[in-house]
Amino acid sequence: MKHNFGYFIREGARNMFSHGFMSFAAIGVTVACLLIMGTFALIAFNVNENLAELQRENAVVAFVDDTLSDSHAQELGAELEKVENVASATFVSREEARDNYVNNYDEDDLYSDLSAEVFRHRYVIHLEDPDLMAETKTAVENVEGIAKARGDEAVSNGFITLRNVASLISVALVAVLLVVSLFIISNTIKLTTFDRREEIAIMKMVGATNGFIRWPFVFEGLLLGLLGAVAAFILQWVLYLAMCRGVSTSDTLQLLRIVPFLRIWDIVAVVFGAAGILIGVGGSTMAIRRFLKV
Amino acid sequence: MIRMKDAEKTYENGTKAVRGISFQIDDGEFVFLVGPSGSGKSTIIKMLTGEIVPTGGRVMVNGFSMSRIAERQIPLMRRTIGVIFQDFRLIGSKTVYDNLALAMRAVGATPREIRGRIPYVLNLVGLRGKENAYPDELSGGEQQRVAVARALVNNPSTIVADEPTGNLDPVKSLEIMTLLERINALGTTVIVVTHERGLVNHFKKRVIYLQEGQVMGDATGRYEEVGR
Repeated sequence: MKHNFGYFIREGARNMFSHGFMSFAAIGVTVACLLIMGTFALIAFNVNENLAELQRENAVVAFVDDTLSDSHAQELGAELEKVENVASATFVSREEARDNYVNNYDEDDLYSDLSAEVFRHRYVIHLEDPDLMAETKTAVENVEGIAKARGDEAVSNGFITLRNVASLISVALVAVLLVVSLFIISNTIKLTTFDRREEIAIMKMVGATNGFIRWPFVFEGLLLGLLGAVAAFILQWVLYLAMCRGVSTSDTLQLLRIVPFLRIWDIVAVVFGAAGILIGVGGSTMAIRRFLKV
Repeated sequence: MIRMKDAEKTYENGTKAVRGISFQIDDGEFVFLVGPSGSGKSTIIKMLTGEIVPTGGRVMVNGFSMSRIAERQIPLMRRTIGVIFQDFRLIGSKTVYDNLALAMRAVGATPREIRGRIPYVLNLVGLRGKENAYPDELSGGEQQRVAVARALVNNPSTIVADEPTGNLDPVKSLEIMTLLERINALGTTVIVVTHERGLVNHFKKRVIYLQEGQVMGDATGRYEEVGR
């Protein structure tokens, strides 16, 4: 095996070039499959990011105990920011709270003379992990000087469910696409293998093990998969930039936050490389199986 | 040593190709396996090379029981046999040297062993200097010599030749058969399937005559005498 390693790689590369058209077809299929999977996964990733952002907007409001002085109430911010999972705690005085409230009814003069004393000083608390809203709310309530905390857990749970469903659908669809890709690439490589069934039969007849026959095909699949992954990665980059441009210039979609490609290029590269190798090696292994039964 | 005891082969469609055949071929023997079409010659060769499994009786090939052989042992068994086909079955995209090197690599030979063995074998079959030729650049007789060299290159104890002269003219046929006789003289068991009476009569070796899946004659001598 050790001294045959170089031979396996040489044969794999030689086979790829000597069946140029089929290799081109196999790479083309890999690129198409990876692009479809990649585009879908990136859209799903951005949807998830936007949902997470919206979830983060759903803040916890902590009401300060009425008995605390104004200055003491303002000092509570530092204590609150020490609580685990608290990203920021913004002080809102009772006057600001009153104004915000009244502004919600600016068409109605019913609240025009509303006293600020009705309101409490409060903190608007944004969380690092919005999924932990219930636990954080309890921790905030335990801070001395906080009378009560309010967080819309129903909305938060709704976001969690929505993100989970979206993730589940994405994973399921990517898995289906991966299986379809394996099937297509396997059939494409099977066509190239069909040309070489006589060669395989001869190798079997001289006493070659299945492993010896399989390795050059595995390397060929590996090379095809990697080349497909590199081409797909470049095209995905171009496509993603075009998508970003399209969203930012659209009247209706520009509210969406698109994650810059440069922030995720390394993950995309690793996933494409791994998927390309999996598709190439898996496809060629599946393709050669039936020809080994001689 | 090859030994068949009441060997049978019935194909899935019900065809009984081999019906209770028994014979033994000792190490170092030269045997012609003859008979008309459909007599079971090819089925016997396929049983000997592990392409098909006997449905009855026992078939032993160089210590391997072919009716009970595990799949992972088949490559090991095949390394004890060199097979020569009527249509040569050389890989057209590889040179003579690479065709032989592939057969050696397949059984785990090191590059050093390959470099040492191939010139010796090519010299033995009279193809010295043809290392870099492709099969298409050789005559039919030369291609069959390459096939003989490939069968020999891993130093098997047995050579099985299935109609090795079927695609050759009488002169080349005689050359190939003489080559096989020389290889036999070096100690390798040689089994030749053929229907060419002239060649069988010329060499006067042991002849096993088959008809309708049964051994009808087994003796040393002329085709007609054994098959009578």
